Amino acid sequence: MSRRFSSVAGWVVLVIAAIGVLFPVYYAVVGSVMGPRDLASYPPSLFPHSLHLDNLRDVFTVIPLGRQYLNSVLQAGLITLSQLVTSVLAAYAFAFLTFRWRAGVFGVFLATLMVPWEAIILPNYLLISGWGLADTLPGLVLPFLVNAFGTFLLRQSFLQFPRELRDAARVDGCNHLRFLWRILLPLQKPALAATAVYVFLSAWNQYFWPLLITSTPTMQTLQIGITQLRDAEAADPGLILAGVTLSLLPTLALVIFGQRFIVRGLVAGSSR
Amino acid sequence: MSTVPTMASTRAADIVGVRRRRRESFIAWLFLLPSLVGLGIFIFYPLVRSLYLSVHGNDIFGGAGAFVGARNYAQMLASPDFRHVLVNTLLFTLLTVVPGVLGALTVVLLLETRVRATRVFRTAFAIPLAFSAASASVIFAVIYNPAIGVANGVLGQLGIDRIGWLTDPSIALLSVSITTVWMQFGFGVLVLAAGVGGIPPEIFEAGRLDGATGWRLARSVTIPLLGPQLFFLVVVSTIHSLQSFGQIHILTRGGPDGATTTLVYSIYQQAFAFGSSNFGLASAQALVLLLIVLGCSALQFGVLERKVHYS
Repeated sequence: MSRRFSSVAGWVVLVIAAIGVLFPVYYAVVGSVMGPRDLASYPPSLFPHSLHLDNLRDVFTVIPLGRQYLNSVLQAGLITLSQLVTSVLAAYAFAFLTFRWRAGVFGVFLATLMVPWEAIILPNYLLISGWGLADTLPGLVLPFLVNAFGTFLLRQSFLQFPRELRDAARVDGCNHLRFLWRILLPLQKPALAATAVYVFLSAWNQYFWPLLITSTPTMQTLQIGITQLRDAEAADPGLILAGVTLSLLPTLALVIFGQRFIVRGLVAGSSR
Repeated sequence: MSTVPTMASTRAADIVGVRRRRRESFIAWLFLLPSLVGLGIFIFYPLVRSLYLSVHGNDIFGGAGAFVGARNYAQMLASPDFRHVLVNTLLFTLLTVVPGVLGALTVVLLLETRVRATRVFRTAFAIPLAFSAASASVIFAVIYNPAIGVANGVLGQLGIDRIGWLTDPSIALLSVSITTVWMQFGFGVLVLAAGVGGIPPEIFEAGRLDGATGWRLARSVTIPLLGPQLFFLVVVSTIHSLQSFGQIHILTRGGPDGATTTLVYSIYQQAFAFGSSNFGLASAQALVLLLIVLGCSALQFGVLERKVHYS
């Protein structure tokens, strides 16, 4: 009797928690196709009484959303690509090559992971704007082209690679780059995907740096664009939610379909 | 007699070995070069420059002025505003980390006994991971809207007066915290669920054979075994909360009346938001943030190290 009660209570808690977590998502998506009458009604209506697709079209004229989408794709894409390449090379050095001060240099890499970006954002801002790169794509991405997180995650994975396979490749006269490209990387797709998903998500979702370094609407990223929908004079909740919904599509797809890669990245993080 | 040629060939092998090692070390440094350059320019140099800025005054353009020693630090520590900022930061951290971790733990413990539902629910709980600080805050701004927001709409249905979610100084920090808990929830669930997944099923079986079910099983088996993940989650959530910027900037701009100005937001205001930029004071505050976050990380490393040693 009491066991059945606690089981039912458990389900109730789970369902309430799920509704709490999913409600803002539901509200963003449904609100973006609600008519102004539904959104402004009191008490607020939670279901659309008519389908209103105008918002999803109009939002492109209120802010340069198309251009900002492109900016975000370029920004997050370049950061992901660059971090993958530099991390693969550095992780290879740490996992497969012997050199003096290896442990020490790896310690220096790890130490950078502990530095909160917000604590060094001001000198970075002075540096980038001093180079005349404020409000440009290079200025947006430069500070993030390298990060030790990928090196750390990939090194863990590279260390699992069987030594015999590597020695066999060396005996066959396979040089480092060939071994890396032909043998190692094809077997490391899950770790590469985990790194890419994690880096892309955090780059796409950046807010503080793009806010500081860009100023013209056509140079800004989506994240800045959607907040300006809110500040815009005739702030229309339908338009705001339409912008948010559109900005979420890539990351929602990544979280739903790439979840196992995210978990892998998190687990790597939790064992460091 | 045969010792001479052996020695010679050993030396030849040594020379080859030295050359190979030199080559290997050359390639290693070549591979490390892009990362070292990037980390040097965008992390280590800014750290040094922060330190430099924090002991200098400001010229009229907001750049570094004359050397002032510890004056910025003294000014910071003596200011009642800064104490207010530290209190806000502490409150915000508590209001986000405690409910966030306990909520994620509850959900994961409940999911653990409901195997069939796990996948669907876990995906549902992971969804906030897709949201940026900007998108989450913009949605919550609409929900908190005093006139048309759902938050007040629900209260109205219950016969409760409207609340100024973002304009009432005694509520605003709580409203920003709710948004933050929501944003961090997916992370907590995934970390703890991965931890539960790593516990061998035999241990649960043994616990059940001893008659432990439900809450008893959770308290005596699952929670103790989740220790490392719970500790990791507390530390990382604390660090995330300390670094929160977007939700504060978008929802309240640190107001009303400084009620939601945390350390990060105060750095932003000193450096960028007030008419005259005070880079010196902002840098002094940035170093306080750095020390607090480094302290959290050191704690994590220290405890994990001990765990490795004793197990």
